[in-house]
Amino acid sequence: MFRNQYDTDVTTWSPTGRLFQVEYAMEAVKQGSAAIGLRSRSHVVLASVNKAQSELSSHQRKIFKVDDHIGVAIAGLTADGRVLSRYMRSESINHSFTYESPLPVGRLVVRLADKAQVCTQRSWKRPYGVGLLVGGLDESGAHLYYNCPSGNYFEYQAFAIGSRSQAAKTYLERRFESFNESSREDLIKDAILAIRETLQGETLKSSLCTVSVLGVDEPFHFLDQESIQKVIDTFEKVPEEEEDGGDGEAEAEAASAAPAEQGGAGDQDVAPMEM
Amino acid sequence: MTFTIPIDNGDAVKNAEADSQRTLYPYVTGTSIVAIKYKDGVLMASDMGGSYGSTLRYKNIERVKAIGKHSLLGASGEISDFQEILRYLDELVLNDNMWDDGNSFGPKEVHNYLTRVMYNRRNKFNPLWNTLVLGGVKNGESYLGMVSMIGVSFEDNHVATGFGNHLARPILRDEWRADLSFEEGVKLLEKCMRVLLYRDRSAINKLQIAKITEEGVTVSQPYSLKTFWEFQAFHNPTAGAQGSW
Repeated sequence: MFRNQYDTDVTTWSPTGRLFQVEYAMEAVKQGSAAIGLRSRSHVVLASVNKAQSELSSHQRKIFKVDDHIGVAIAGLTADGRVLSRYMRSESINHSFTYESPLPVGRLVVRLADKAQVCTQRSWKRPYGVGLLVGGLDESGAHLYYNCPSGNYFEYQAFAIGSRSQAAKTYLERRFESFNESSREDLIKDAILAIRETLQGETLKSSLCTVSVLGVDEPFHFLDQESIQKVIDTFEKVPEEEEDGGDGEAEAEAASAAPAEQGGAGDQDVAPMEM
Repeated sequence: MTFTIPIDNGDAVKNAEADSQRTLYPYVTGTSIVAIKYKDGVLMASDMGGSYGSTLRYKNIERVKAIGKHSLLGASGEISDFQEILRYLDELVLNDNMWDDGNSFGPKEVHNYLTRVMYNRRNKFNPLWNTLVLGGVKNGESYLGMVSMIGVSFEDNHVATGFGNHLARPILRDEWRADLSFEEGVKLLEKCMRVLLYRDRSAINKLQIAKITEEGVTVSQPYSLKTFWEFQAFHNPTAGAQGSW
């Protein structure tokens, strides 16, 4: 995308009917590290790649619990993502307080989308630079939604966002038809395999990814490292000798990949680290 | 429809003029509601009277109304406040329906919403002068709860308001069972309503019984109970009270 004379304000249309600032915001989502969501009839799995600034720092949190029955994975400006997660938690808890009943995911997602839309129509605001994968359970079943900076939202069986998400999407496209009937374990395995696709050659280890599950009779929670590693071990055979060398390779690849992505370093600098 | 500009006199607690804006006492009131869970859902009985102090002024007031697809609301106390609550719930149900997303408010949600409303009004010293009974069925589960004008709220297998608490609930405690059939439930409610008719001076002999099941709501046509006044004690009622003392 090249600079042009219509891209300074979010409230300026281009002659071809585009809002460039909104589209640039969507570019920011593509620069964040990958996040993946998939759902079956009864469960939703959200997974993300753990990117850390350097070996010295901790990785950024990209998956948040909104309520027992709703989780969100983000990609892009993590600070914006945190703020929106806080909004979602607030909406969810207010609904619970008034009605003693969980907020239906679809309704939360619409409120989120309307909030994002406001920022595309005010000259003193800027669009949120974060894409959100909202997974949740309500009366009408399990749902996975993707919320865009543009204020659009879509429902998905499975989706991936962030850098190198196309590889994950290709994998998911091959397999999505069976997801509805998948067992919880198969769904988790597919999520981790999709994450592996985004790593493109790096050895998959449990320290590189975060996985969360929610389902009928299962409130939102994160899987611990051990459980993730067990799933990885079922399909990855990492020879002992190569492991240390593999680690070094992985770090080098991640470090070289970051500056190569335009603006990738920029948004990695934004949010303070949380642990 | 006339439109009056609302006067904002500020805090009803501290400002004397604002007193005219808050509820101090009820004017037209309904008496007890009695409700029970039964095998297929919930039954709720009320009479159709609206008293203006000690005058039985209105005799055709429906004090039990359907809310959405899954709930039934009965109210005793100030009738105008009940109508206001119905307007709030109308808006609630309307917005819920407009989502059109496969989710809908069940009796539990409505009950909690009402609890919040009643409690908040009580905190502002401007209560809705009602005791509400909320019953319903959703996804096969029956629900029956109550909210008072000060926001006290709870669920039970059988509830009653006002005099019903004193006269009807003891009967229900003895005779209620979870597997009552519709006919048995109606008989039990009629037994309670008859006692209330004899002993509550604001009760009238014109009642409705409403039923809610998974299929929906039915409110019966108004009817009267048979009463018996030929007890020996009622002959010569002043026999024990001769003389000026």
